[in-house]
Amino acid sequence: MFGKLTLDAIPYHEPIVMGTLAAVILGGLALFAVVTKYRLWGYLWKEWFTSVDHKKIGVMYIIVALVMLLRGFSDAIMMRLQQAMAASDAAGYLPPHHFDQVFTAHGVIMIFFVAMPFITGLMNLVVPLQIGARDVAYPFLNSLSFWLFVSGVVLVMVSLFVGDFAATGWLAYPPLSGLQYSPTVGVDYYIWSLQLSGLGTTLSGINFIVTIMKMRTPGMTLMKMPVFTWTSLVTNILIVAAFPVLTVTLALLTADRYLGTHFFTNELGGNAMMYVNLIWIWGHPEVYILILPCFGAYSEIVATFAKKPLFGYKSMVYATSCIGVLSFVVWLHHFFTMGSGASVNAFFGITTMIISVPTGAKLFNWLFTMYRGRVQFTVPMLWTVGFMVTFVIGGVTGVLMAVPGADFVLHNSVFLIAHFHNVIIGGVVFGVFAAINYWFPKAFGFRLNEFWGKASFWCWLVGFYLAFMPLYVLGLKGMTRRMNHYANPDWQPYLIVAALGAAVIAVGIFCTLVQFYVSVRDRKKLTDPSGDPWGGRTLEWSISSPAPFYNFATLPQVRELDQFWEDKQNGVAYVQPAKYEDIHMPRNTGVGVVMGAFGTVLGFALVWHIWWLAAVGLLGMIGAFIARAYDTDVDYWVPAAEVERIERSRHARLQQFQTTQVAPVAAPSRQKVA
Amino acid sequence: MSSTALSASHGAFDDVAHGGGEHHHHDDGSKTLLGFWIYLMSDCLIFSGLFATFAVLANATAGGPSGKELFELPYVLGETMLLLVSSVTFGMAMLNMHAGRKGQLLAWLAVTFVFGAGFIGMEVHEFAKLIQEGAGPDRSAFLSSYFTLVGTHGLHVTCGLIWLVVMMDMVRRHGLNDATRRRLSCLSLFWHFLDIVWICVFTFVYLRGAI
Amino acid sequence: MAGSNHSHDAAHPEAAHADHGSTKSYLIGFALSVLLTLASFGVVMSGAVPHELMMPGIVLFGVAQLVVQLVCFLHMGTSPSQRGNLAIMLFTLLILAIVVVGSLWVLHNMNVNMMHPTSQMMPVE
Repeated sequence: MFGKLTLDAIPYHEPIVMGTLAAVILGGLALFAVVTKYRLWGYLWKEWFTSVDHKKIGVMYIIVALVMLLRGFSDAIMMRLQQAMAASDAAGYLPPHHFDQVFTAHGVIMIFFVAMPFITGLMNLVVPLQIGARDVAYPFLNSLSFWLFVSGVVLVMVSLFVGDFAATGWLAYPPLSGLQYSPTVGVDYYIWSLQLSGLGTTLSGINFIVTIMKMRTPGMTLMKMPVFTWTSLVTNILIVAAFPVLTVTLALLTADRYLGTHFFTNELGGNAMMYVNLIWIWGHPEVYILILPCFGAYSEIVATFAKKPLFGYKSMVYATSCIGVLSFVVWLHHFFTMGSGASVNAFFGITTMIISVPTGAKLFNWLFTMYRGRVQFTVPMLWTVGFMVTFVIGGVTGVLMAVPGADFVLHNSVFLIAHFHNVIIGGVVFGVFAAINYWFPKAFGFRLNEFWGKASFWCWLVGFYLAFMPLYVLGLKGMTRRMNHYANPDWQPYLIVAALGAAVIAVGIFCTLVQFYVSVRDRKKLTDPSGDPWGGRTLEWSISSPAPFYNFATLPQVRELDQFWEDKQNGVAYVQPAKYEDIHMPRNTGVGVVMGAFGTVLGFALVWHIWWLAAVGLLGMIGAFIARAYDTDVDYWVPAAEVERIERSRHARLQQFQTTQVAPVAAPSRQKVA
Repeated sequence: MSSTALSASHGAFDDVAHGGGEHHHHDDGSKTLLGFWIYLMSDCLIFSGLFATFAVLANATAGGPSGKELFELPYVLGETMLLLVSSVTFGMAMLNMHAGRKGQLLAWLAVTFVFGAGFIGMEVHEFAKLIQEGAGPDRSAFLSSYFTLVGTHGLHVTCGLIWLVVMMDMVRRHGLNDATRRRLSCLSLFWHFLDIVWICVFTFVYLRGAI
Repeated sequence: MAGSNHSHDAAHPEAAHADHGSTKSYLIGFALSVLLTLASFGVVMSGAVPHELMMPGIVLFGVAQLVVQLVCFLHMGTSPSQRGNLAIMLFTLLILAIVVVGSLWVLHNMNVNMMHPTSQMMPVE
């Protein structure tokens, strides 16, 4: 009846897990009570959960990502603490099996359930606004993607309290992840949570490609697209090209575990290296999927706060496209040491060095954009400068490891850990925080508090260097990754410094939470009446903050790159049309939520081999989908009068703001900037 | 298995355009077809992973039967012809759709369904026979990859059959309108795409295996 | 009915670009596909083709049939309305080639170096 699921699956004997469970239950009850007390369920359901508005979906992605950041970061703190303690005779406080789950969960959560939703959320929020569209190409599909992602999140969180999680490392290499060596449900949780959220990612990738290809406002040719949109386009192409390979790889591992096949086993012809090969064919493009939109965000931020057009727009576009293609021919550098010959290793070593060239070109573009500009060191700009310094260090150590001979020394050492945290924290995390600070007013209508933003930045920056520079040293000294315990007492001081660094980052995360709290509290003071708080260049800043649900009352005409900036220079921004028209919009739908719920049921049932429940989940998903296909009431028209009312009040507010300003923000400077 | 992925995504685009569609008042279904084409290409890459795995493991028979001993080419030729005929009957259905002849459209769709179901029937029979002979997917890495590759194609055809039934019902209820035309166009792409994948299957799995 | 309340004048969506074939194009495609299928199977089954020519033969006929079906059934072409789809397909073929050829190369190399039991395998493409 319940497959492999019994009450023993709940880890009563693990005090840390039970403590967490108690905290989660109490927190959940408190949240439930608050939402119920203020009668917010109906509001949340109608305005958020069932929404097909890309802006709200984007915000929801980012909120889930922030919550998961807390989870993934607690794993990090636990690891740092364990390694700071467990030298020579001391055993630390985490038993090996628990430690193995912690580092696996940390990697999986940070990549799939923090970095990915941050990126997807940002693209959701920004891309349609930048191209002058009213929504994405397939709004319902967008909602479905989000809820499939949420079902993956739910499965990962459930694994903490019911059963266990994979103890295999974040890519679950077989034969360790095969049934013989991982007989518990941990790897199954891993598989199904990634398959569900991966399906959502692929669908949203398709959605964004079509949105960008087909829904740009009149006049916006490809080479007049904002850079963030360009990087999003390339990222989504990479998603659609790479994620199918992940789906296949995990499906084959699933077949090995569920159907007794021999793809990656040690018997009957199975070849575990094929798994490693396939998963990195997906895995390498994946890191570019994460970093490219951040490059786009940095480009927008640098141009905005240097008050200059982006230096080398075209080279930026070509560099991004080059990186997109090259990212598919470097995958073997993740396993130089696993037995390929000199010719193979040399080929992939050289391609890896080549891919750093377009990335370097981008750095020069940002530097030249800042050069002789009047740079305003706002919070987004601080993150950007911090990124430029940090990312270069990470890039250099990456090129170092691209030399196969050097990699034989550094492979699987904590030098590698330091390297990829250097590029992922310095590139992706900094980029996401820069972008959140930058685009927050567009989503909510008020800016984020500067002081706490800066405090957060400095804590992250200092904490990062404290936490990871020691790991470079330890890697060169020969410390391998994923160690629950080590015999060499010389390593301990470095690991204590690293743990202190993690603590400083924790303060940084705390500052971010305070920043949100303080900003919401002071939202009147931080309000953005103009819709253009930074003197922006791209179309999203031409509309009000928060953006109206239909985004653009009339579709803007584009003749050049940075059209909005040009319009402000020529004093023709904010011209009201003589007449408004009806606007066609998609209706909200709960089908995405329902399908996500059935998806969670399906995943949970498959993990525990509860076949009847799996059938319910699968049929529920398909049934809900087909039912949706029969629904003909999926759109509506916003009457022109309604649009006019909203736009009139927006322009009234704008005018009132402009007259109270000495130097109107809307037209920050009329002189030419050198 | 990727069955959830397949079944959930195969029809995703047929209903999407009516969600966000006609912002610019000139949506001609091209957005939907572009999205669906991109989906097909991503599906194509799913098959590329399976073909790569099959190619790598093709000789890993682990002392078990090889393709040369197992494959019956005349039978496979029969399967191929069924799928090929279903492709052209779907073409006829589409021509009738464009001409607005609802009755003939439904008739041709029904014919397509029969041939597609015949293909699936033959494949299930083939699989059952292999498993009975002790040449199941758990016998060797070669057979694992054979069953998975051919079975994934079969699963796609099955999804296509379900979609076909849904579309026949929808055309009967709603008639020929923008939405049903758009979805039938997507299904047509899907169906022909599966035939193309099958060309690669019989060439690289069956014929190469029998050499 | 998605577009019911604001239906456009065109009777059907694809009217603008008449790239949905004709009875003739489908029948030509069908006849060619049947011929090429028979040719492929004939290469292997007839016994008349020398062993070393079998692989090139079936690949040749297979690729020819792919092209026939792409043109006749999927209406692929270089017309402006199809160019985008064609470009997307070419990119997909590039990735596909990288995945298949790359995996074979890498795994073959590894099997030989690590003396894997199946190291005698031959690349198919």
